[in-house]
Amino acid sequence: MEDLKEQLIEAFGEDNLVDAFGELTLRVDSDDIVKTCLKLRDFFFFDTLIDLCGVDYLTYGQSEWESDASSSGFSRGRETQGNEDRHEMRFAVVYHLLSVSKNYRLRVKSYVDEAEPIIKSVTDVWASADWYEREAFDLMGILFENHTDLRRILTDYGFVGHPLRKDFPMIGEVEMRYDEELGRVVYEPVSIEPNINVPRVIRK
Amino acid sequence: MAEIRNYTLNFGPQHPAAHGVLRLILEIDGEVIERADPHIGLLHRGTEKLAESKPYNQSIGYMDRLDYVSMMCNEHAYVMAIETMLELEVPERAQYIRVMFDEITRILNHLMWLGTHGLDVGAMSIFLYAFREREKLIDCYEAVSGSRMHATYYRPGGVYRDLPDKMPQYLKSDFRTTKELEAMNKNRQGSLLDFIADFVKEFPKSIKQYDDLLTDNRIWKQRLVNIGIVSANRAKQLGFTGPMLRGSGVAWDLRKNQPYAVYDRLEFDIPVGVTGDSYDRYLVRMEEMRQSNHIIEQCIDWLRQNPGSVMSDDHKVSPPSRVEMKDDMESLIHHFKLFTEGYCLPAGEVYSAIEHPKGEFGIYLISDGANKPYRVKIRAPGFAHLAAMDEMARGHMLSDVVTIIGTQDIVFGEIDR
Repeated sequence: MEDLKEQLIEAFGEDNLVDAFGELTLRVDSDDIVKTCLKLRDFFFFDTLIDLCGVDYLTYGQSEWESDASSSGFSRGRETQGNEDRHEMRFAVVYHLLSVSKNYRLRVKSYVDEAEPIIKSVTDVWASADWYEREAFDLMGILFENHTDLRRILTDYGFVGHPLRKDFPMIGEVEMRYDEELGRVVYEPVSIEPNINVPRVIRK
Repeated sequence: MAEIRNYTLNFGPQHPAAHGVLRLILEIDGEVIERADPHIGLLHRGTEKLAESKPYNQSIGYMDRLDYVSMMCNEHAYVMAIETMLELEVPERAQYIRVMFDEITRILNHLMWLGTHGLDVGAMSIFLYAFREREKLIDCYEAVSGSRMHATYYRPGGVYRDLPDKMPQYLKSDFRTTKELEAMNKNRQGSLLDFIADFVKEFPKSIKQYDDLLTDNRIWKQRLVNIGIVSANRAKQLGFTGPMLRGSGVAWDLRKNQPYAVYDRLEFDIPVGVTGDSYDRYLVRMEEMRQSNHIIEQCIDWLRQNPGSVMSDDHKVSPPSRVEMKDDMESLIHHFKLFTEGYCLPAGEVYSAIEHPKGEFGIYLISDGANKPYRVKIRAPGFAHLAAMDEMARGHMLSDVVTIIGTQDIVFGEIDR
């Protein structure tokens, strides 16, 4: 892995490479994604795209438990880490690459803006990106330019919204039932209320 | 002259050969597939969203329900991700137990695959034989976790409890004679390890039986040989892992290449295919069962000789014993905090992957320092495999689609998540 790290630093600069928990993460500008991926595939032998997913950083570092008690020991006190890790861009697209021939992994991360969550598709680099990009579009609402078939994949036909976004409620927005009188299935606003059993607490 | 048009056929979602809820839109010219468009998501339960709203330990149960025929392997990837972030030491005995159950799970999965694949292609009897052995392994699951399928047995820091000293036995009933009962309980006299050891001894004979039924069977070969050929390069492009990749001749196995738990201390071989067709993948999986059997054998030997703790004693993550809890103030607080709030992970992200029976199963975990994950992405092997359906089925006959679904070892729990 050290060899790979040196080569990556040489090619992409030290600032863009993070080494944490024994894994390498490369930050890439969203405009350069296809160019970088081609380079990684052809010169760094990353022959497989293992995974591609979207991440929504909207509520990163926010907790649900408000208290001013102490932040040490066993009490309920907590200290928010603030949003220091929060990024200016709301969404990230994360690529997990694997090199079967060289036996190493790399994570590539690219941030996209909320106003325009568009990134170039890497389907021409790795064929497996096809469905992964459809999934990221479906669940996160990230658009992939030049993708030939960007349809929803996991949610229902005619679904509205992107469920893995942090502002999409856990309970959903509509519920479905069969209406006897109309003789068909109808959608209505959800009748249940959101319920948090265990609050989100951030401790150092 | 009559106009000839392609015909669009809807396959599933309620079809016995669709392995659950796969809906395929097939565009066919006569009986030849021109295009296959799988519609998935009919079993989407939002596991990733649910996991975001629960403390870490409460999502282990969801992992079982992803690929519901290889439950403990899913758990393994998840707890490994948490352990990496906490830099938690897992006792060696727990590692061996995990490896043993991973391999039991692999046999469980492959038996399920063999039975249903056979059933799809028209070999009825193999299903019954495969499920006969499967039942014994399911009993091991039950003995160790109390649940036949959804075990929730692996925990961050180890496993829930040590292997039981006594294997549960069948009870007397009006429907069994004493003699029958004795025969049924014959291999259940000792501990769970004795029961597994007995299974490991007998299992090669069962594999031989499946072998005799299928490997040289003319119909089986007619249905599998040269169906769904994928070249090694194409397999990598398509994100194939596991037996699907090895069937194409790539010797890639995370247990060997990026060893986790104690796989680097065990001896086993990686079978690879030659042509990359369905028959090769069948042979690869059959050999994997033999290798798994061999791994379990080694684990049993080790576990017999090395008793010890199976759970980390870091009580921020693992609960203290009941006795300690009743006696000691600090243990009581730990217990209370653990079960009400859970534990916090340091901020950061980690991807942990294991060699699941179907391929590479990975958990991408992002934590912002809270007691719940910020984002969990489940990398399911079947998702990438099913995405290649169109490419694999194109140009084949309608009946071959069923073979391809079978050879991909599709389970919808993990694909739809």
